[in-house]
Amino acid sequence: MNGLRFFASARFWRGALPALSLTFVLVGVFWLQPRAMSYFGLNLLFNLAVPIALATIAQMFVIAVNDLDLSIGSFVSLVACIGATWLRDTPLLGIAALLGCVAVYAALGALIYIRQLPSIVVTLGMSFVWSGCAVLLLPTPGGSAPDWIRTLVSYKPSYVPMPLLAAVALGLVVHFGLMRTSWGVLMRGVGGNEKAITRAGWSVLKLKMVMYALTAVFGILAGLTLVGLATSADANIALRYTLLSIAGVILGGGEFVGGRISPVGAVLGAMTLTLTASFLSFLRISPDWQIGAQGAVLIIVLALRAIVNRLEARR
Amino acid sequence: MKIRQSLLFATAALALTTAGMQPSFADTADKRIALSNNYAGNSWRQAMLNSWGKNADQAVKDGVVAAGDAFTTAENQATEQAAQIQNLILQGYDAIVINAASPTALNGAVKEACDAGIVVVSFDGVVTEPCAWRIAVNFKKMGEIQVDYLSGRLPDGGDLLEIRGLAGVFVDDEIHSGIEAGVANHDKFKIAGSVHGEWTQTVAQKAVAGILPSMPEIVAVVTQGGDGYGAAQAFAAAGRPTPIIIMGNRHDELTWWKEQKDANGYETMSVSIAPGVSTLAFWVAQQILDGQDVPKDLIVPFLQIDQADLEDGLANTEPGGVSNVEYSLDDAKAYLESVN
Repeated sequence: MNGLRFFASARFWRGALPALSLTFVLVGVFWLQPRAMSYFGLNLLFNLAVPIALATIAQMFVIAVNDLDLSIGSFVSLVACIGATWLRDTPLLGIAALLGCVAVYAALGALIYIRQLPSIVVTLGMSFVWSGCAVLLLPTPGGSAPDWIRTLVSYKPSYVPMPLLAAVALGLVVHFGLMRTSWGVLMRGVGGNEKAITRAGWSVLKLKMVMYALTAVFGILAGLTLVGLATSADANIALRYTLLSIAGVILGGGEFVGGRISPVGAVLGAMTLTLTASFLSFLRISPDWQIGAQGAVLIIVLALRAIVNRLEARR
Repeated sequence: MKIRQSLLFATAALALTTAGMQPSFADTADKRIALSNNYAGNSWRQAMLNSWGKNADQAVKDGVVAAGDAFTTAENQATEQAAQIQNLILQGYDAIVINAASPTALNGAVKEACDAGIVVVSFDGVVTEPCAWRIAVNFKKMGEIQVDYLSGRLPDGGDLLEIRGLAGVFVDDEIHSGIEAGVANHDKFKIAGSVHGEWTQTVAQKAVAGILPSMPEIVAVVTQGGDGYGAAQAFAAAGRPTPIIIMGNRHDELTWWKEQKDANGYETMSVSIAPGVSTLAFWVAQQILDGQDVPKDLIVPFLQIDQADLEDGLANTEPGGVSNVEYSLDDAKAYLESVN
């Protein structure tokens, strides 16, 4: 009886929606293109989803504290440029630069909290700084990814394609860290009720800095994976990621405010977005309509979510 | 595995029937070619897609290839095009022709296509991955020949005005460096000033009008295409004598040149890349599939219009468009023979 009620509950549907959307699109892709139903096919379908999923998780950390990062796309591009130049030629300088990026992100978190600045404005400004650095580092597209990253991203385990393994691992690790540990509760609490956290004697400043630093860490992972897949970089390589990552978080069941997030959902959301693009191109929808169709998918999922939320409110 | 086998079988059967029905003159009748294009938002790209479409439809009708589909990404972004190429691999195309959003960021996807046994031909926006073929445009040369032409016309040299494209874009940089190299070769010329015309007549007109009052006598204007007509208007508005303005094969530019030629015997030249280069890429891909030995790096010939061919050039240009040349299979074969 209890089990049945859970399946009818809004909470269940809220969690299941991202998985259902992904399944729906995946079935559509398999139906249109049976060749995709193979190790090789799944690898091709999903390998570019891995950096998007990482960027989405990065975005999720910021959204968890009620902020928004409009610079993640240009940040990932910069990391890709660092990866294809310094990290290969002078690894120490490369690592130092990446650590520096993490520090800058943590400092941004502090700045936004202390001065109570709108994160949108600060990160929008930073997006130009990251882009500028990327262009300075790599004025013309080029460079080449370090061999170890190439080996890592092109690793082909038996039976299950690497991108799927990576997605599962990413979802589980972040889920455990944020949803199952006391640190995770604190960090989500910053988004949920900042005052309560302060009263309980925790430093919101430190927590925000940690969250922003985590954003940078996952942004770096996204950039390095991307440069590994692309084999070389371009200062504009990942500009699309800013909007994709926000859409991924929301599609995966996150909310802009209140610290309500779902790491597994975010990974699923990122994969759904990637797959939707493939689905639409297999359908041979004209490119003029594709962005619109992608938007329509988002609206449909969000509309379903609104219905679920209304169910929740009625209880 | 089973699915793949039956698919293979089905394509083989299809190939047999098509081969039986009509006399195919190439062994590529069962091959499918796709175009991966990153941008369709200007007249040049539209003309390029048009040429591709017309040519591919005809080739399919003639039974030379089984398909020649064009795909354009919804947004002009490298990551999106990389995903598109991976989708094309999945769809089982035998060759993918690419006009790339980035020379390097697609290399991973291109490598994957090559590893899957797919022929990859890039053109205009070429990719650096060694396994792909490149049909490149020598933009630098396009700048150089302008100064070479002027050197023949103006033995005494003089001051030039340079109209550049859009700052920070690869093409602008290349043409500009070609013009600089040309000026270095012919040191009787000096670039007195340069403005950014963004390959658009109205922008070019405004920019030239702005700089003209501070300029000495200009003997010629070197351009990048899409800016010559605007420059001519600016000179006329300022009441200055019209210098030799290099044109860029746009319809309005050629029309203006024709009017001037009829009125006062005005002489110049016009140079640009024909959007029909997509059809050359198509046939190059077909020839590679056919087993022909094609060098990896090819250079697209320019489409240059001289005083004598102005009327023909104008006739071949649609109003609002760019002069075009489309390649047939024989043209492409002749071209490949000339470079081999």
